[in-house]
Amino acid sequence: MTPNSQSYTRTSPLKDQLLAAFQVTEERINGESKSAVHQVRRAALQQFDKLGFPTIKHEEWKYANVKNLIQESFELETPSTLSADDLHTLEIPNLSGNILYFVNGRYKPEMSTIVSPASDVQILSFAEALKSQPETINNYFARQADYQENAFTALNTAFAHDGVFIRVPDGNVVEQPIILRYINDAREKKVAAQPRNLIIVGRSANVKIAESYRSLGDMAAFTNVVTEITLAREANVEHYKIQNDTDTAYHIGTTQVHQADNSHFYSATVTLNGGFVRNNLNIVLDGEYCEAYMYGLYIPNGRQFVDNHTLVDHAKPNSYSSELYKGILEEKSTGVFNGKIFVRQDAQKTNAYQSCKNVVLSPEATMNTKPQLEIFADDVKCSHGTTTGMLDDEALFYMRSRGIPRAEAQALLMYAFAQDVLTQIKIEPIREYLSTVVARKLAM
Amino acid sequence: MLTISNLQASIGEKEILKGINLEVKAGEVHAIMGPNGSGKSTLASVLAGREDYEVTAGSVLFDGKDLLELAPEERAAEGIFLAFQYPVEIPGVSTTNFLRTAMNEIRKYRGQDALDAVQFLKLMKEKMKLVNIDQSLLSRSLNEGFSGGEKKRNEVFQMAMLEPKLAILDETDSGLDIDALRIVAEGVNKLRSPERSTIVVTHYQRLLDYIVPDYVHVLYKGRIVKSGPKELAFELEEKGYDWIKAEVEYQQ
Repeated sequence: MTPNSQSYTRTSPLKDQLLAAFQVTEERINGESKSAVHQVRRAALQQFDKLGFPTIKHEEWKYANVKNLIQESFELETPSTLSADDLHTLEIPNLSGNILYFVNGRYKPEMSTIVSPASDVQILSFAEALKSQPETINNYFARQADYQENAFTALNTAFAHDGVFIRVPDGNVVEQPIILRYINDAREKKVAAQPRNLIIVGRSANVKIAESYRSLGDMAAFTNVVTEITLAREANVEHYKIQNDTDTAYHIGTTQVHQADNSHFYSATVTLNGGFVRNNLNIVLDGEYCEAYMYGLYIPNGRQFVDNHTLVDHAKPNSYSSELYKGILEEKSTGVFNGKIFVRQDAQKTNAYQSCKNVVLSPEATMNTKPQLEIFADDVKCSHGTTTGMLDDEALFYMRSRGIPRAEAQALLMYAFAQDVLTQIKIEPIREYLSTVVARKLAM
Repeated sequence: MLTISNLQASIGEKEILKGINLEVKAGEVHAIMGPNGSGKSTLASVLAGREDYEVTAGSVLFDGKDLLELAPEERAAEGIFLAFQYPVEIPGVSTTNFLRTAMNEIRKYRGQDALDAVQFLKLMKEKMKLVNIDQSLLSRSLNEGFSGGEKKRNEVFQMAMLEPKLAILDETDSGLDIDALRIVAEGVNKLRSPERSTIVVTHYQRLLDYIVPDYVHVLYKGRIVKSGPKELAFELEEKGYDWIKAEVEYQQ
């Protein structure tokens, strides 16, 4: 795609800062600069330089206005003074398994716990994997996540130095979940983090992964994350993305999933809080008899902005995808759901379902929904539906007639509405934690 | 217990209740019958506090309190219970959870301590037996995917749990086959007591074979046009509503 002049901002303080930072990094990594990975980074940077940041004239960024973000400049390599005690306040109760901490985008081994044996699953930082398994990285890095059209993916690719690398060998079932906690320490300075995650799941292998995003402090924190997940045949992956961030946080993320025959991908994206959130979930069903499930829940309030873009690409016959996103919007918040489904000409017997349901609790809140189905095969079953409405008055009256006051009835109804998605989360402590936060947020 | 005087109510521009007078004493069962569109369900809704209706005149005293001043939840806490004609499906909220919330909110209103889980479960077991309802139904989302009979039985179960002073059954017989009707009616009958009054709103007489009223009132065009003992229901069953309509037209 040739960048349209109105769809991108050519120059901005953030862009200048990042271009300069790339030069500095390139000099510092010196010997590595000839590596294949770095060639990809450089190509991505050139593409980012060419594109610039998208404006609201860009169809995919119509509601997601990044104009404030790109005026900022951030500390890119802030050594965080975050201590284990500071982390204590961010704890998710009863969480066990493999828990990895990333502070300002950098892996913190001293805070992290890896319990699964290395024979079951390789869990390394991306930085380590770059050194210890360059071959694998070359084979998988930036193969799925497109940096030609998405400026933020290009940017992340250009700055791909740390994050997580997970590889599950064929046939292995990873019993313990892998929890990735991304913390931005914005207590003293504005920080930016660009984690890059690569997850490779072998044939008939099983793994549960959760990404959680939190910032500390009142300064602006910018996360630009890309997670690439590749599922071999018959692989099963559960992937959760949990956001309970500050009002001064910007989050832009892409989860790029590639599925081979008979694989199952199961995802939930839950956004409880965050100033500006844009989640892209792109799934390519590049095999037959694949299944992909996508759940989403967002509960913005104040002036929070939450934008979920999903793309399901049915490239082969006989696969199934199902999508349910739900939103509760309070105060002056804005929500966006854009769900695209492609059914390629070869993808006969595709079943694809999409549903997006929203409750707008305030006259000043806005929800924008856009389902897009592009179907090129003729023997398919596809459906989509979006609803955006107020609370169900009849249900409220029913509850009140039993003695439950209006505010409690509303909270109970909204909690139940949210539970539809929360019950899909199979890592129990995370589900409990989210339920608690949701209940607290809805107790209006 | 309940004194309705010259109650008038409308929805939008449409006047539906045009001056209802009714006195219900403790322990009595009153049946409100009438053809479709006569205002029966409106009366039930207005008593429970549905906000779609505007009360334009008249008064309702419940145990000496001005009922019309109270919010629906306050009326419930004062002891009014409406069994819905179409119980609402509440996805994600189990009957158990729903009732525990309701009971404790009512107790809070009355200045009583909340029931703990053990007390609540004990009470629930007791009432389940009384109205013959299954545990599995109560763990499911409230009314979601329930059959017509299950929904109505669930209404009676809620009534048993909340122990209202005045129960209003709005077309409880609608959509029920004879077996379901009998089970529901048995539940209601077991809850009859000298302290509890019941208003049975129904189009058909058949429910009154099972829930035998002390008084029958015929509602027509927003007014009670005829009142009598339970035998009036049989007469209506036999002759239909036309003779009442004719009588009213004649009087006018």
